Amino acid sequence: MHSFGYRLNGLLTFAVTILALMCAITSLSDNFNTPSPSAEIKIMNINWFQKQPQGHDEVSLTMNVSADLQSLFTWNTKQVFIFVAAEYETRKNSLNQVSLWDAIIPAKEHAKFWIHTSNKYRFVDQGNNLRGKKFNLTLHWHVMPKTGKMSADKIVLTGYSLPEEYR
Amino acid sequence: MSYFTQNSLLSFLGYPVSLQTFLPLSAPSLHFTMDWQGQKLAEQIMQIMLLVFAVTAFVAGYVLGSFQMMVLVYAGGVTLTGLITIPNWPFFNRHPLNWLDPSEAEKHPKPQVTVSSKKKGFKK
Repeated sequence: MHSFGYRLNGLLTFAVTILALMCAITSLSDNFNTPSPSAEIKIMNINWFQKQPQGHDEVSLTMNVSADLQSLFTWNTKQVFIFVAAEYETRKNSLNQVSLWDAIIPAKEHAKFWIHTSNKYRFVDQGNNLRGKKFNLTLHWHVMPKTGKMSADKIVLTGYSLPEEYR
Repeated sequence: MSYFTQNSLLSFLGYPVSLQTFLPLSAPSLHFTMDWQGQKLAEQIMQIMLLVFAVTAFVAGYVLGSFQMMVLVYAGGVTLTGLITIPNWPFFNRHPLNWLDPSEAEKHPKPQVTVSSKKKGFKK
């Protein structure tokens, strides 16, 4: 530790190394958190259900999404990204997933909410298999930390179906 | 600041001051230096202070549930550590090495090395 510059370099290097260790421990402390989220989605209305000029089915619906995701937040959470996807099976694909709506929850206070909305993104099928189709609505969430690894999980809600005829 | 007041201030702070040159006696360079004991002390203080502040910052952040608090406490700790260990404070120079004064060195000339012309040659 001979000179001013030498000591300054030593201090900064050691400080940054310790900061990296602190961030690692912070990220590991997230494992002590056991989340217990809950959600409910109601389809209020099928606005319209048509076959597009290219031949694909499209449906527009209004839904009421209510959820309590407060237990997902820790001191190391920056934001939670959530989205609602419709999942169903067709002859061609064993699983189709179509994202209908998403949002970013920036803080714990906003994590308990309900929203009445039409689908943000178009619900279009690859083909015309949607008449009378039974589908699941899944609420996915991605927890984005301030430091560390992102984690994701979902809730699957079953029992939804589309009308038999176009409207 | 006049040389006199600068001198008085330096001697008050603990720097050894010479009246002739109005500069601290730490030669050979004109910069203030630390002695060997001081360097070791500075390194120890730095490592211990940084670790203590890191632990304090993590505990504070975890208890308060605030990541920002952890970073702020740690940044404050790093700055404080830097202020204490990086500049050449006088308490790092309590065991100074007293270099020989140039006028004193002239009185004791270096011994001359005589090169003897004895060579052992290997004749082919």
